[in-house]
Amino acid sequence: MSNLPLLTLVTFLPALGAVILMLFFQKERTGAIKAFATGVAAVDFLVSLPLWTSFDTAQAGFQFVEKAAWIPSIGVSYFMGVDGISVLLVLLTTLTMVVSVVCSFTAIHEREKEYYVCLLLLATGMLGTFIALDLFLFYVFFEITLVPMYFLIGIWGGPRKLYAAIKFFLFTLFGSVLMLLGILALYFVNLKTGTGKLTFDIAELYTVGPKIPMQLQVWIFLAFFIGFAIKVPMFPFHTWLPDAHVEAPTAGSVILAGILLKMGTYGFVRFVLPLLPQASQAFVPFMVLLSVIGIIYGALVSMAQTDVKKLVAYSSVSHLGFVMLGVFALNDQGLLGAQLQMLNHGISTGALFLLVGIVYERRHTRMISDFGGLSKVVPVYATIFAITMLSSMGLPGLNGFVGEFLILVGAFKAFALPLTYQLYAPAFAVIGIILGAAYMLWLFQRMFFGTLDNPANQKLTDCTAREVAYMLPMVALMFWIGLYPRPFLARMEASVSRVVKMATLAQAPSPASVAGLGRGAQEAPRR
Amino acid sequence: MIRYAWLIPLFPLAGVLINGLLGSRVRDKAGHVASLMAGLSLLVVLGIAREMILGPGGSHVVPVWTWITAGSLSVSVSFLVDPLSTIMLLVVAGVGFVIHVYSIGYMHGDPGYPRFFTYLNLFMLSMLLLVMADNYLLMFVGWEGVGLCSYLLIGFWYEKQSASDAGKKAFIVNRIGDAGFLLGLFLIWTLTGSLSYAEVFKAAPQLAAPAATAIGLLLFIGAMGKSAQIPLYVWLPDAMEGPTPVSALIHAATMVTAGVYMVARTSPVYVQGPGALEVIALVGALTAIFSASIGLVQNDIKRVMAYSTVSQLGFMFMAMGVGAFASGIFHLMTHAFFKGLLFLGAGSVIHALHHAPAAQQQDMRYMGGLRSKMPVTYWCLVAAALALAGVPPFAGFWSKDEILAGAFFSGHYVVWGLGTAAALMTAFYVFRMIFMTFHGEMRVDHHAREHIRESPAVMTVPLVILAVLSVVGGVLPGFPPDAGWIHKFLAPSLAKAPGHAALDEGVRVVKAAAQAGAQGGGHGTAGIALIVLAIAVALGGIALAWRMYLRDTAAPARLERRFPGLYRLLLNKYYVDEIYQACIVEPIYRLMRALFDFDQKVVDGAVNGSSFLTVWFSRISGIFDLRTVDGAVNGTAGVIGFFSQLFKFIQSGMVQNYLFVMLLGVFLMVSAYLFR
Repeated sequence: MSNLPLLTLVTFLPALGAVILMLFFQKERTGAIKAFATGVAAVDFLVSLPLWTSFDTAQAGFQFVEKAAWIPSIGVSYFMGVDGISVLLVLLTTLTMVVSVVCSFTAIHEREKEYYVCLLLLATGMLGTFIALDLFLFYVFFEITLVPMYFLIGIWGGPRKLYAAIKFFLFTLFGSVLMLLGILALYFVNLKTGTGKLTFDIAELYTVGPKIPMQLQVWIFLAFFIGFAIKVPMFPFHTWLPDAHVEAPTAGSVILAGILLKMGTYGFVRFVLPLLPQASQAFVPFMVLLSVIGIIYGALVSMAQTDVKKLVAYSSVSHLGFVMLGVFALNDQGLLGAQLQMLNHGISTGALFLLVGIVYERRHTRMISDFGGLSKVVPVYATIFAITMLSSMGLPGLNGFVGEFLILVGAFKAFALPLTYQLYAPAFAVIGIILGAAYMLWLFQRMFFGTLDNPANQKLTDCTAREVAYMLPMVALMFWIGLYPRPFLARMEASVSRVVKMATLAQAPSPASVAGLGRGAQEAPRR
Repeated sequence: MIRYAWLIPLFPLAGVLINGLLGSRVRDKAGHVASLMAGLSLLVVLGIAREMILGPGGSHVVPVWTWITAGSLSVSVSFLVDPLSTIMLLVVAGVGFVIHVYSIGYMHGDPGYPRFFTYLNLFMLSMLLLVMADNYLLMFVGWEGVGLCSYLLIGFWYEKQSASDAGKKAFIVNRIGDAGFLLGLFLIWTLTGSLSYAEVFKAAPQLAAPAATAIGLLLFIGAMGKSAQIPLYVWLPDAMEGPTPVSALIHAATMVTAGVYMVARTSPVYVQGPGALEVIALVGALTAIFSASIGLVQNDIKRVMAYSTVSQLGFMFMAMGVGAFASGIFHLMTHAFFKGLLFLGAGSVIHALHHAPAAQQQDMRYMGGLRSKMPVTYWCLVAAALALAGVPPFAGFWSKDEILAGAFFSGHYVVWGLGTAAALMTAFYVFRMIFMTFHGEMRVDHHAREHIRESPAVMTVPLVILAVLSVVGGVLPGFPPDAGWIHKFLAPSLAKAPGHAALDEGVRVVKAAAQAGAQGGGHGTAGIALIVLAIAVALGGIALAWRMYLRDTAAPARLERRFPGLYRLLLNKYYVDEIYQACIVEPIYRLMRALFDFDQKVVDGAVNGSSFLTVWFSRISGIFDLRTVDGAVNGTAGVIGFFSQLFKFIQSGMVQNYLFVMLLGVFLMVSAYLFR
């Protein structure tokens, strides 16, 4: 097993599939195209399963590592590997891809071949992003995902697709270009004052990061921050998200919410915390403030929505606020909760978008006011929707609760004692939970309760077998993580505590060095 | 037997799965399946209770699986069997089973029949988890679970706007309480390093008073939501939109008492922070009198009961607050019997009136004279009413008297005074209900009259069972007052933590002092005086109701004319819902709309604005470029020099620019291909 390049296989199988699809399939043979795309996604999922079964939970470092020189002249390597931070995200991606392909059968009717090609290429980009351990390689994958997503929104999207696609592309490109600056800064700092080697290798840079002078760390932090915060998205960089979600086809929204946003939060955990520990610590109050604003603001704005999809989109802003709060609690519970919540959000919000897609295909509307009393005609759909809604609002017994609980415990531990103004963070986050229940229950009431007064809804058909089939794994995961999250937590725990140690053990910067930003106050000790 | 405690929640779970997944196939059998499961649970509970009561008792933890581990945090799914959870199990499983059986009759023919029993079993499952949990987080699971079931069952007839509104309101108001509960959990974990009762109570004596008070108050916020105390009680009266068995089971007998149970369970922490207990006593007393006063004038039979429940929960919290934990749990138990019975009896009446116009089915002004038509229901309700009013030897007398005595002897005279006044109102409103419903002339709609008959046995047998319990359920476990069996049985659960014993001792000392000093006479004189007063209050309330509603029936109208303002204030429940609407709900609506506006105009405006500026800037650059190109055509040396400057700028060696241009190129080419 160990000599099989498993990660390469997982990453590039979809791209290979895309190439074959492009070259050997005729446009008109849509049945074959769908079957093949499904097959590729399913095989990729199966191939990724050893990452679950053979993963060594005791090990904090990278596993399934593959390493080869790629562009030795500038020190770029093909360095692939997973640890507890990324392994579940990889599995979530392969699973989500299967679901995304299957849910598109009846939703997409034009340019189907190109559509599935885009989906499969996107999969390679996302998988590579989570697996790459070389900053340069990471950046390449990170950027590659933009292109197929741009087309998914721009071609198969809704009425304002072009606006949304361009906004998505430019907004996130703007962020990632700044991030590239940060990467290059790290690279050159290492070259000049660190190991002196030409390298983008994360494992090596991890040892260099904490020695970077505070003043420089702050700048690199800001560069990474913009890049990842746009992707997450954190308030106030979130406005591309509702537009992108509303215009994207269902599968696009599912992938966007389920996976693409996680690339931002993952970036913070993988790069920002361990590479820039002192700056991360210094920015905790700022990050926590933005997270808490995101939680409350996202929830309130979602409550004001009249379009289901936009409501779910804004709820993501709130949920991701929780994730960021957990990340910057900088302790085991918070970060573990954040990691779990990344999965949970992928599952629950992904499922919500799938459900919105199901009803949109039948009614071609997403306005909440067009519905009402649906429980009567589509009981199966209503039940799945109810479970998903409850999972999204963090009902105990379902997945969302475990993540939210751990995040809040972590935040409370970090910010409530000793008693300071920072107590506001967990206190307001808890208010976010109340608001979460409010907008979700209100949505549910307006869609499913009341009388079935819109004649267009009276002939609504319930979920088909295919729809139930792709919703079932999502619902099963909600219960599994909710009732028995240990297999998931166990896989993440060692790596999470390693990141926490890296982020907190580094010598805390003195306030002066933050205040003297740009004036070269003092440098962190360098050995 | 105790080892098999995990079976208790397992049966209702099986019921949920059977009825939930096979609902369309089980159909009319759903009620039997659900009742069977509730019955099997009850059997296990009885077996365990027998061992606990006859055996040595003690505290047993039954581990099932480890749920969450994260660093130093570890939470397991384990069940605790001790005297306190035994009493709660008996109440929940016992009353639960009886109400399941009753529902077979009551819900017969409802199109949502299997759905109803799925929810009802799900409720049993959650409630059993709540009382059996051996740690706070698992308790919270049950806590939220019962909240969910409450939401689903209140809104059971979801096509009715008022029902789904009431369900949503219940859930959201409860969530406000839950937020406090959660913060309390975090504080407990941060301070003691654990969430399991055993560990927390072991660490409790080391807690500083402010810390224990903070924990106590935060948890009490949760209790205020679930157990409907001021200011979070507003959801419970609206919850009467649910089917009546639901009101009996969830909104009277079991779920709403969860907050009381939680406070009693946490007593080792509460005694470390007496400040929190004072708050609880006062909130309880205020709630008791406040909602009893609303109950005086309501005309909807279920609303009267609802406000009565809020008021009685206030009594239980008074008990907690004054440190009479066992008396509070005792009242919780007797209340489950007689209030469950009152609701089921009301349900029986409503069931008999289901041919009357919808608006009149629950309105007591359109009832009257039902005694002869429904004798079983009538006599059962009278027993329940006597129990609620506190007439000896009925159940409520023993527990309520203990609470008032506890308040008095611990020096909480204000609490005692408010409680006594509330007790007077209680006796009045419950007999007002009896007289308006069953006595006097019949005011039922003519078409409905001929359909009135006694409910079937499946409904009346449960009534009789609860009636028997309402008669003997107080005196058997509770005699003699403050020293009955239930006190001895519960003592280990409530006095386990060090510090609690001291309080008990304190109470006893205060009692002795009060008895010896203030009364200056024989031991127990004050106690006997209090009992006499309590009986007088109960009988006085009943007599007043009799006078106003049977003898001089014009009296209520006279009073109404005399005090129109007060009457309207009470009838409209002090306008609390309206105040909340104006002060909380509306501002939140306004805020959310304003924020959405802000999001579109300001936050997104900045994004669009910057893109607009970029476009303009590039146009200007374009013009500039044209001129430069023109210049190049002219071939002047200066322009060549400028060009070299320009190229220098492009060839910066900055990889990101190259990449950017490269990506842009790829992207434009593919765009051209796809969008053509």
